[in-house]
Amino acid sequence: MVLFTIFCPLVAAVLIMLGAPARKTALAASILTFGAALFLFASFDRSHAGFQHVTSLGISPEWRLSFITGVDGLSMIMVLLASIVTLAAVWFTSAIERYEHAFYACLLLISAGAIGAFASIDLFFFYAFHELALIPTFLLIGIWGSGNRVAAAWKITIYLAIGSFILLIGLILLYQSFPLASRSFDIRVLQSAAAMGQISPEAQRHVYLLLLIGFGILISLFPFHTWAPEAYAAAPAPVAMLHAGVLKKFGLYGLLRLAIPMLPEGARHWATLLVVLLLGNIIYVGLVTIAQKRLDWMLGYSSVMHMGYVFLGIASFGVLGATGAVVLMFAHGLSIALLFGIAGELRRRTGTLAFDELGGLARTMPFAGLAFGFGTFAAIGLPGFANFAGEVMIFFGAFRNGWEIGRMHMFQIATVLALWGVVLSTVYMLRAYRKTFMGSAGEQWRKLPDLSKGLRVPVTLLVGALLCYGFFPQIFVRSVAPIFGRSLSANPVTQSRSPGAVSPGSREQRESASTERGGYTIQQIATR
Amino acid sequence: MTSFFPWLILLAPLASATVITVFTLRWKSVSCAISIVAVLVSFSASCWIFAHPNASAAEFVWLDVSPVFRVPLGLTLDPLSRTMAVLVSGIGALIHIYSLGYMREDQGKSRYFAALSLFMFAMLGIVFASNFVMLFIFWELVGFTSYVLIGHWFFRNAPADAANEAFITTRIGDFGFMTGILLLWMTTGSIVFAEIAPRMSMFGGHTTFVAIVALLIFCGAVGKSAQFPLHVWLPDAMEGPTPVSALIHAATMVAAGVYMLVRVAFIIQASHTALLVVAWVGTITAVMAALIATQQDDIKRILAYSTLSQLGYMVMAVGLASNEAAMFHLFTHAFFKALLFLAAGSVIVMLHHEQDIWKMGGLRKKLPITFVTFGAGALALIGCPPFSGFFSKEAILAVDYEHNLPIFALALFAAFLTAFYVTRMLVIVFFGSPRSDSARESRESPAVMTMPLIVLAILATLGGFAFFARNFLELPAEKEMVFFVPVLEIIALIFGVGLAIALYRGRATEPVKIELLRRKFYFDEFYAWLIRWTQELLARLAAFIDRWIIDAGAVGGSSRGTWGIGAVLRLVQVGNLQAYAFLFGVGVIAVIYFAVFR
Repeated sequence: MVLFTIFCPLVAAVLIMLGAPARKTALAASILTFGAALFLFASFDRSHAGFQHVTSLGISPEWRLSFITGVDGLSMIMVLLASIVTLAAVWFTSAIERYEHAFYACLLLISAGAIGAFASIDLFFFYAFHELALIPTFLLIGIWGSGNRVAAAWKITIYLAIGSFILLIGLILLYQSFPLASRSFDIRVLQSAAAMGQISPEAQRHVYLLLLIGFGILISLFPFHTWAPEAYAAAPAPVAMLHAGVLKKFGLYGLLRLAIPMLPEGARHWATLLVVLLLGNIIYVGLVTIAQKRLDWMLGYSSVMHMGYVFLGIASFGVLGATGAVVLMFAHGLSIALLFGIAGELRRRTGTLAFDELGGLARTMPFAGLAFGFGTFAAIGLPGFANFAGEVMIFFGAFRNGWEIGRMHMFQIATVLALWGVVLSTVYMLRAYRKTFMGSAGEQWRKLPDLSKGLRVPVTLLVGALLCYGFFPQIFVRSVAPIFGRSLSANPVTQSRSPGAVSPGSREQRESASTERGGYTIQQIATR
Repeated sequence: MTSFFPWLILLAPLASATVITVFTLRWKSVSCAISIVAVLVSFSASCWIFAHPNASAAEFVWLDVSPVFRVPLGLTLDPLSRTMAVLVSGIGALIHIYSLGYMREDQGKSRYFAALSLFMFAMLGIVFASNFVMLFIFWELVGFTSYVLIGHWFFRNAPADAANEAFITTRIGDFGFMTGILLLWMTTGSIVFAEIAPRMSMFGGHTTFVAIVALLIFCGAVGKSAQFPLHVWLPDAMEGPTPVSALIHAATMVAAGVYMLVRVAFIIQASHTALLVVAWVGTITAVMAALIATQQDDIKRILAYSTLSQLGYMVMAVGLASNEAAMFHLFTHAFFKALLFLAAGSVIVMLHHEQDIWKMGGLRKKLPITFVTFGAGALALIGCPPFSGFFSKEAILAVDYEHNLPIFALALFAAFLTAFYVTRMLVIVFFGSPRSDSARESRESPAVMTMPLIVLAILATLGGFAFFARNFLELPAEKEMVFFVPVLEIIALIFGVGLAIALYRGRATEPVKIELLRRKFYFDEFYAWLIRWTQELLARLAAFIDRWIIDAGAVGGSSRGTWGIGAVLRLVQVGNLQAYAFLFGVGVIAVIYFAVFR
């Protein structure tokens, strides 16, 4: 079934290039993929945390290279996200004027690449699938984009190529930092080897930094973020949906899958750096977002900003924060896809996304207004949407890191600043909604047609998923938390906690602190 | 099964909001019916809970990352929440019915009733919340419904701006609130009210720290209950439909801040500093808002400032550690302020949406029921015996007198101002002669609007008597009667009323204009200036840096062809992008091959 989710879009892409009717094939393939992902999700055994539905196909025994796929709670969610957003993106694709077949084939390739990367347990394919997804992204922006599309395409190409290259070096070094006997491309093997402390702390620090920068560029970590808004503004709406919603999450997935569990010492060493950079994402980019004067640029910057929260969850280095990061990845993917989808429809109708020219659109396009409103409030973390559940877990997870009564350490300060970021995002999202959809409508927009009835399906799908996991986040948490519970507590290094880290709290809390063994204090960082 | 019954109070309005949004947006009268049935179910269930003190509710788990963090969804069923639920759902039901008349011809009626239902769900959620995260969830949701309802006429600029202002301002308060919750959680290891209370000793000797935590929690109430300095959103929220102003921005939601403070009073009371700050914030709000109210011309804004002022009284009482007095005033205020707003709404709608009091006049003959009910509400608001407001305000003043004389003096001054501006409004609106055509031609509202007025007028009149109120509330303990306090209050009242009648009888324009008060102490201007020179400046600066330093300094340069790679790349046209992409893939594989396998 996992293989089906990868190969269904891939085969469909090939068929489309061979001449099958583009839109119908693409829709059918993405519906089938979504169905398969749902089936995987339903049949997922939540009682055990390891990989399931594992299939292995030997490629080259001498290199110990095989094509292994499977899902655990983390990759399950990412596959589900990818399949939902793919379906929505294909559905949101409007008439393509030139090379229609190539457009849909590229979209499906991105989808196949993303799902493949999330479902691969093999390091080689993990990387290769991501590359498979990146290349059509560049093409889609360069050929079908709007505005300054060539410059944007080059910028994203250069940034992401450099990012992938640094990542590649990082992955190779990671591979080589294992002792010869335990080298393998199988992530499970590597993980258990790393859990036994086979990577020297020295190597961990170097490799982690490379992975952080490599993945960081892919995720638009401050200050490597400037490609994102420009590319998303130029990209056709479905591409922006797929890239911002799914493909960008590959980097975060990589950090959670490889860097955090295998290189805990590295993570600890560079925690201060990461916290500073992620605050750049939240506060600095948040301010930049406020200053934007176009809806597409604003959305692009907001997606950069929200990555800061996911980073905060990852940096907090505990079960709670990491689980929150996963939930927020999922939620952000859906909400940003919804927003980019509607924004694309607006641009198609009005020809502009400048705030000064828009206004009052909710009157002429009530359904678009409602759908964008859902996206807006999901993005600013209104309870009821999955984004809120993710953010709450991240804030609580980060805040407890290195806690000491009456003191504010790095993570407490970072959490408070990140909370202020919520106010910033409220300001720019609501202002954008106000300027686009509320207020008096300009004369030229009085006759705009609303979204077509057909688009109710993808909108309902995205909003429904956001609400479903916002009301019942436990569905995810139950299958994700055990993964981190294992990997974040199995590391012998992390078991040492300085006494100052344990607050004079309750007995339960002390128990919880020692069970999780996730936190560490700023003193620990300083003394290393 | 019975343990699920209390959840019905919450689920009925939620179901109504969902069904209306998903299915019946087009059928306006169906939407109204669904919403009203839902609120009546809530009200009946609340009454049942009220009559059955032993009822218990099932607990669900919203989030569980054991053993670190667990958010249960449970219902607190204690006397406080049961009374509040009856109050909220009862007033809610009246206002739903009144809205039938008020919003009769509105295009967005379905959206309006869906939002009202969602509001009932969220507000009752606050009432029953058993822990801080659950409280916060519903706290944000009422903020959202308030946003939707203030912006109900979103196609006009003023309501759209007011909706944004309200949501953003309360979010600033919630920033502090959430920080407080985090600190409290870390210190006591719990988010559940019942578990935190016995663990307050864990703060040990950190007195400053306790004060900070308590004040951060208080921040949430400052935002939601519109206390100084975050009060600016409430008067602007009057851009929403009047029933909304009555329900959300007078009787229930804005009182949620006070309710929350009472619910977690054990935290505030753990620090003397925090208590003092809370009391003074309340006092400042009470006096400041009353001063502004004396010079406003819009009937709803006058009522809005009086709401601010009365909320100030409640917060003041919380700050003087008298939760009973605060809740008593919340209870009576809910009746008389909802009444005043609904009666004002009756005036406004019969004058074709005229809100300027100087364009009214002489309405006591045209709108007799409205006049009598408005009068009852006004007498309750100024604290005239034997109307309900007298008892609750007297209770707060007695506490002030006992604990803090400067606050007592200011509270008395605010009572004088209240009497003054309420009488001013009464005289200008209902007496004298009509000053506009719409005032001359107005007639009484339909029964669907006057019925709720009459019910509320009875409650506003009788609500303060002990024989009635003690069924619902724990009343402030009867101290040995300080005759001094009510006597002073009545003297202040007589002075206020007399001065207003002397100044405004027979006037057609404002005789005294005090610019400082008319401009609301220049708060709006000050905040606009503050935002321009902090947030906007920083945002522009950051955008500039992003564009011209970070972007230009990194790869921007290359794509603009300023250095080597850029020049090379510019030669490659879009058509060759495929070739590049292909080479890129090949290159990647080659690098892997050489690095790993060789």
